Amino acid sequence: MKYYYYPGCSLEGTAKEYDISTRAFMSAMEIELVELEDWTCCGASAAPATGNLLSLALPARNIALAEKTNAAKEILVPCSACYLNLKQVEKKTGKDTELLSKINTILEEEHLHVTGGLRVRHLLDVLSKDIDAAAVSQRVQRSLNDMTIAPYYGCQCLRPYIEFDDPETPRSMEPLIEATGAKIHAWSKGSKCCGASHMNTQMDVGIELVASILKAAKGADAIVTVCPMCQVNLDAYQKKASRFAKEDLDITVLYLPQLLGLAFGLTEKEIGLNYNLAVSDGFRKKL
Amino acid sequence: MDQIQHPEPPEKGVSTTVPAPLRAIQERVYACIQCGTCTGSCPNAFAMDYTPRAMWRLVLMGEKETLFNSRTFLLCSACYYCTLRCPRGLPLTETMEELKQIAARENHPVHKKSVLFYRNFLESVRRHGRVREMEFMTLYFLSLKNPFTPLQFTPLGLRLMGKGKVGIQVPSKGQRRLEALFRKAEELEEQE
Repeated sequence: MKYYYYPGCSLEGTAKEYDISTRAFMSAMEIELVELEDWTCCGASAAPATGNLLSLALPARNIALAEKTNAAKEILVPCSACYLNLKQVEKKTGKDTELLSKINTILEEEHLHVTGGLRVRHLLDVLSKDIDAAAVSQRVQRSLNDMTIAPYYGCQCLRPYIEFDDPETPRSMEPLIEATGAKIHAWSKGSKCCGASHMNTQMDVGIELVASILKAAKGADAIVTVCPMCQVNLDAYQKKASRFAKEDLDITVLYLPQLLGLAFGLTEKEIGLNYNLAVSDGFRKKL
Repeated sequence: MDQIQHPEPPEKGVSTTVPAPLRAIQERVYACIQCGTCTGSCPNAFAMDYTPRAMWRLVLMGEKETLFNSRTFLLCSACYYCTLRCPRGLPLTETMEELKQIAARENHPVHKKSVLFYRNFLESVRRHGRVREMEFMTLYFLSLKNPFTPLQFTPLGLRLMGKGKVGIQVPSKGQRRLEALFRKAEELEEQE
């Protein structure tokens, strides 16, 4: 199996460990990732709040880069915000030729062109549909059977495009987590919003959402996420959230490929565990 | 018995007192039945001055001033729950984004902080192709002209630096990597 790989800006900075662990996991599964050469920002949530055409032209540039070579048929995207932006291009230009031609007019400035036909896929889509839990469990060397994990999906890999899971009660992570031997923390917060960029611009609102998710995760050994924005919100503001909720809300927050990598027997360094901000002593003891 | 007189739906190209960008938005949500599913689904409704349902009503009534003085669409975090559940199938999240676009173009004071956040993010992308997180936050703090806001983020910034996830990035003009793409998009956007 082979996919184009679009890491996105976060995976070069605050979500370094997501990039490290995704590559390590895929390599362990003998899946080839072809990183898009000269990829640029997808526009995040900034471009959609600024201009409609810009919000499509920025992700389209990356799809055009993939179309230029002929190495794979699908683009793998680990960041949910990047995924949705790229997916919007696939979905919207697929049925609107006028829009496609406008985007191509913009891309001409970069000597690029989008035709369509490449499929954009979230990392969780590929992990749950193309790889599946049986293949994961075959490679498990370190069973995590004394751990309970809270699967946190966030929003934009599930909605608005329903591609691989139920958009309200997602379950696609469960077989993968169970394949490591770990148990699933039963909760209803898996598909709820983490506040996204409110933690930067409207912290008083964002902290309510973060605290309610961390509260509901109590009893789990770790929260597992598939989005850099969700991860940083849940990982980086635990002290603030604890003060806000007047209770201790410290918990380990991992990316899904980090957890799977641990079960494969990869070292902490190989999955970038040194980059996570909150790894509890209790969690380390269970490793 | 007299027939109840329903208002005519807004027509494209018909001049009314409502400015064109808002009229386009009215057309998108004209089928709203005010059921309140959006409000019930919104994780941020608790902090809004108008609930999403009430805000869509303001849109339909063309209450521009009240609408752009409200914090409602600014507090949309794009979770897409309302879009998923709207029984009329309306693209509500996308329409929230379009309201943000109008607020950004017209420099409404209530939205200043968010607009500066997005604008400085895109400035970093325009310069370098990829966002440089620390440069962008520096530009954002400078543009806020409030010495206290950065203090809120200092502990996190230091922890991220300690981890080697981000480094100090002095804002630099760079090669204007995506200047041509941005300019073309802006040019076409103006013609829309």
